[in-house]
Amino acid sequence: MSGGLLDDGQHDLEPAPVATPVPTRSPGVRRLLDASSGPLHPVARETLQAAVEVGWADPARLHAEGRRARALLDRSREVVAAGLGVRPSEVSFLPSGPTALTRAVDGVAYAARRRGARTVASAVEHSAVLVPGRARASAADDASLFAEVAVDALGRLDLDAWRRALAVPGTVVAALQSANGEVGTRQPLGAARDAAAAHGTPLVVDATASLGRDDVPADWDVLVGDARSWGGPPLGVLVVREGVRWHWSEARADVEHGRADVTPWVPLALAAAEAWQQTTATRTADTQVTRALVDDIRRAASAVPDTVVVGDPDDRLPHVVTFSSLYVDGESVVGAFDTAGFAVASGSACTSSTLEPSHVLAAMGVLTHGNVRITLPLPAVSAALADDVSAFTAALAPTVRAVRDELGVGDL
Amino acid sequence: MTDDPDPSVVDARGERCPLPVIRLARLVRDRPDLATVTVLATDPAAAHDVPAWCRMRGHRFVEARAVGDHTAYVVEVVRPSTQGAGR
Repeated sequence: MSGGLLDDGQHDLEPAPVATPVPTRSPGVRRLLDASSGPLHPVARETLQAAVEVGWADPARLHAEGRRARALLDRSREVVAAGLGVRPSEVSFLPSGPTALTRAVDGVAYAARRRGARTVASAVEHSAVLVPGRARASAADDASLFAEVAVDALGRLDLDAWRRALAVPGTVVAALQSANGEVGTRQPLGAARDAAAAHGTPLVVDATASLGRDDVPADWDVLVGDARSWGGPPLGVLVVREGVRWHWSEARADVEHGRADVTPWVPLALAAAEAWQQTTATRTADTQVTRALVDDIRRAASAVPDTVVVGDPDDRLPHVVTFSSLYVDGESVVGAFDTAGFAVASGSACTSSTLEPSHVLAAMGVLTHGNVRITLPLPAVSAALADDVSAFTAALAPTVRAVRDELGVGDL
Repeated sequence: MTDDPDPSVVDARGERCPLPVIRLARLVRDRPDLATVTVLATDPAAAHDVPAWCRMRGHRFVEARAVGDHTAYVVEVVRPSTQGAGR
């Protein structure tokens, strides 16, 4: 190793030069405004391709190829650990962010199983927290084993209810996101962790929506990330702070510090580390850019009749914005934007595989139909980002109006 | 609700969002004489969207009542209701 993630001199720790934005686009070009699952940072993509050649081996093998893969995996872990301000031994790679999130809660609960079995989480946590939590309570026929703490209309945790829930005897895990990936609202981690610490309860923080886009959280006992949020491939990151009682019941001591059952594919870990380096190097400037663009979208959406912009206007992730329009179904509005060249997401029921709307919108008590969710890509991923957002703000009101007219509700 | 349907009731059972809310809004617009309207719905989104509609349009959400396989949402119409969604 010559100091870079790969020693071919091409994929070093230095950030890539920022691409010059392309001001105009030809017809038919897609405008990506739903970046919750990628695409990869361009430098991470190059690293991934190169790593497929040199880092494919099982890092547990003793031959030269295996040793090389091991060195690359160790280097990837060091990069991520340094970025998060933790020790490499505290960092494990898991197959996905949601897997890591479920595992994070499981590990705290299992380690504390003699003291209790109750988990406290916010009502707007990721389904990887909520679904297993509800299942555990249901299997034990004891609803008190999983407490879902309410949020306000902006999606922010009700701290008084959180404190009351934590005071219930038998509570052994608290889980809270750093910020909500659907509506962008940040959670009060400092106060939430103080409340948990007062009862000796470890706090699992889900940073899968915020890492790489917002400050690294400081108030946590177990931290979970997903490399997708910083322009990497799908890869879960589980960080267990030294001294925190955490144990996975199916642990194999030799794999990822006993926190995973499979060794990560080394090219993914390398690409994740590369993306971290690239994204954090430009984060301050990127944050300013995306925050201003989200402000533009919020303004444009607010001007559309009978439309509510959801989530905290200020204390939020810089790249996420959600709004809902009355009398419009999510499928139609996503389809209309798609036809116009915009890739956007929706939390409306009609766009999910179930009949249930987004549990986040539901918990906030806001309109769930006609929902449009924007997750801005990293500027490095989308050189024409500003142009795309400008086109979107211009298309917003006419598109919602056209969908309403088609549904015959324009006069309501 | 069979032979002589109650004019203040929207039977949106079996209909998907946003239809229950659309039909609620139509009824409130078309029948200025109604002080209270009830929406019957099976769509789970109605539980969130009927109260949200009330808040956005200045009406008062009274209650949601489980009735067998559906839910009855009762709305007190506050007039004059805010007009003009579209433009």
